[in-house]
Amino acid sequence: MTRQTTVEVTGSSQGTRRGTEIRLDGVTKDYGLAAPAVDDVSLTIEPGEFMTLLGPSGSGKTTTLNLIAGFETLTGGTISLNGADVSDVPPHRRNLGMLFQNYALFPHMTIAQNVAYPLRQRKMGKQEIARKVAEVLELVQLTGRDDTHPSKLSGGQQQRVALARAIVFEPKALLLDEPLGALDRNLRSALQTEIRRIHREVGSTFVFVTHDQEEAMNLADRIALFNNGRIEQVGTPQQLYAEPETLFTARFLGDSNVFELGQADLGGNVGWEGENWGVDPDTVATHPGVRKASAIVVRPEDVEVAGGRDAVPVGANTVRATVRDVEYMGSYRTLLLTMGDRGLFGRARVSALRGDYAIGDDVVVWWRPRSQRIVAA
Amino acid sequence: MSSPTRTRRRPDTVDPIPWWLKVVGGLVIAFFILPTLFVIPMSFSSATTFQFPPPGFSWRLYENFFTNPVWLDSLGNSFLVASLTAVLATTIGTAAAVSLSRMDNRAARLVRTVLMVPIVSPAIVVAVAVYISFLGWRLTGTVTGYVLAHTAIAVPYVLVSVTGALGGFDQRLLKASASLGASPLTSFVRVTMPLISRGVLTGAIFAFIVSFDEVVIALFLRSPLFQTMPVQMYNSVTVEIDPTISAASSLMVVAVTIIFILPQLLRGRAGRRQEPRP
Repeated sequence: MTRQTTVEVTGSSQGTRRGTEIRLDGVTKDYGLAAPAVDDVSLTIEPGEFMTLLGPSGSGKTTTLNLIAGFETLTGGTISLNGADVSDVPPHRRNLGMLFQNYALFPHMTIAQNVAYPLRQRKMGKQEIARKVAEVLELVQLTGRDDTHPSKLSGGQQQRVALARAIVFEPKALLLDEPLGALDRNLRSALQTEIRRIHREVGSTFVFVTHDQEEAMNLADRIALFNNGRIEQVGTPQQLYAEPETLFTARFLGDSNVFELGQADLGGNVGWEGENWGVDPDTVATHPGVRKASAIVVRPEDVEVAGGRDAVPVGANTVRATVRDVEYMGSYRTLLLTMGDRGLFGRARVSALRGDYAIGDDVVVWWRPRSQRIVAA
Repeated sequence: MSSPTRTRRRPDTVDPIPWWLKVVGGLVIAFFILPTLFVIPMSFSSATTFQFPPPGFSWRLYENFFTNPVWLDSLGNSFLVASLTAVLATTIGTAAAVSLSRMDNRAARLVRTVLMVPIVSPAIVVAVAVYISFLGWRLTGTVTGYVLAHTAIAVPYVLVSVTGALGGFDQRLLKASASLGASPLTSFVRVTMPLISRGVLTGAIFAFIVSFDEVVIALFLRSPLFQTMPVQMYNSVTVEIDPTISAASSLMVVAVTIIFILPQLLRGRAGRRQEPRP
């Protein structure tokens, strides 16, 4: 327990961080299709940072990772590691570790031979190889299986071996391509913890690709959210969740109630289906797109539900709603609602003790202007 | 068969091969093996002409074979040509299979088809074409000529067997290998080759055997100074009616059978070694 705590402290203090800065500058990959797979992406990943590239499939996150690894060639822009341009360096000279979804262990080699593979490429002495292999297998908590072949291990164990193999040669950074995608839920969360621990202990830069927003929130120092080959928003998980800049970000991370405003004047109040809502200037996204079309986003945990308008405090924004379903989640209940004249779908999270809502009840949903977020559509 | 019986019996009927297919299979096996069963007894015959059943037991035909330099030279020539063909055809066929497996487009399919042409074209057509070109290049009657011609017809066998092995090969392993610092050549030697070695070995054996018992091209390319075993066998029945051919045939059958079975035996032992330890 104590060890865990000390590690956490050193890991989070910026001074002790080793690792490589990865800088993408106008990175573009165009296969000649209708739209480029990666379109003018610029991103600086700090030394020792755990950066997650998040996005739906086809959003360009995996292509971006392959561009960093060198498996794809750039059609525009540059990639540099610690300031050195590696755009034209072949993958085997980039010195980057990589983890794959299917583990990609060499089936004809034992665990120890797999882990020793990158060290043998670097012409390291036999004894040093043996020492490093033992060390790293201990780090991933997989000792005593040295002479086993990969097919005899479970998926989780195989990914531990792959992780050991990818970090044993102290690469400049570790690239992880949906490494937990093939594992079941429990194992996935165990390995997430493991990967975080190893990131803290190794202190090198990690770039992690996933389409699972929970995984991204759980692991990342920062998230780069991809959409249609571009980065929609970069920030800490908390920033992306609490201060989304765009509608896409708000919808991709967590559940949201989204009220589209059309061409709204952001000077004072905004209107939605005849409701008149107050605006807190701090909650308006700084994204340039906000001046155009925009939407109001409110998280289900930020709304309250009242029986009538007289129960709502002054200054709150309100909307009429009807309860369509109640989901009991153990620690809370989620009301599924239809809101306003046209029956917009919405969610409200209420205390588990509030069992007094029935399907068909007419209610008023309200929230304070500072709990909402105005985003670019 | 009534349906309740079938339902009850279902767990027993795991054998997916119906009885009639086994009969057909048995007939095919007999068709291929029966000639051998005649040749081998005849090779121990004491007769000076072809007779079946043999009138008596004798080692005479084997003695003929192993004391006659014409037979021995042709055997040596065949081994030389077949070995060189196996090496060359395996190299070319493996290289072709590996690179074609990475390209999946129309050009790759076209190249594959072109490489398969020698398998479907009549031997005599290939032989005449080879003969005419090799006359001009002065390659008839030379080891080089035999090896080149046999390689052309052996490459498709290697291509097919290595392509089959590559079907089960995960190309992502090469990405992993590169990310771990291995150059493409190192990756090929240390990752690709070990995993497709079975297919390569099978291809090499096929190439060897294709060359070893090829007769049509060999007949055209032969010279008084250089001929292969099949050509000598052909001579021995058409020119001299020499029953030594049954000893030669038996030796070839045994040699080829050993070559085919050896890897199976070795593989069986290697497979047992990989079993998990208790």
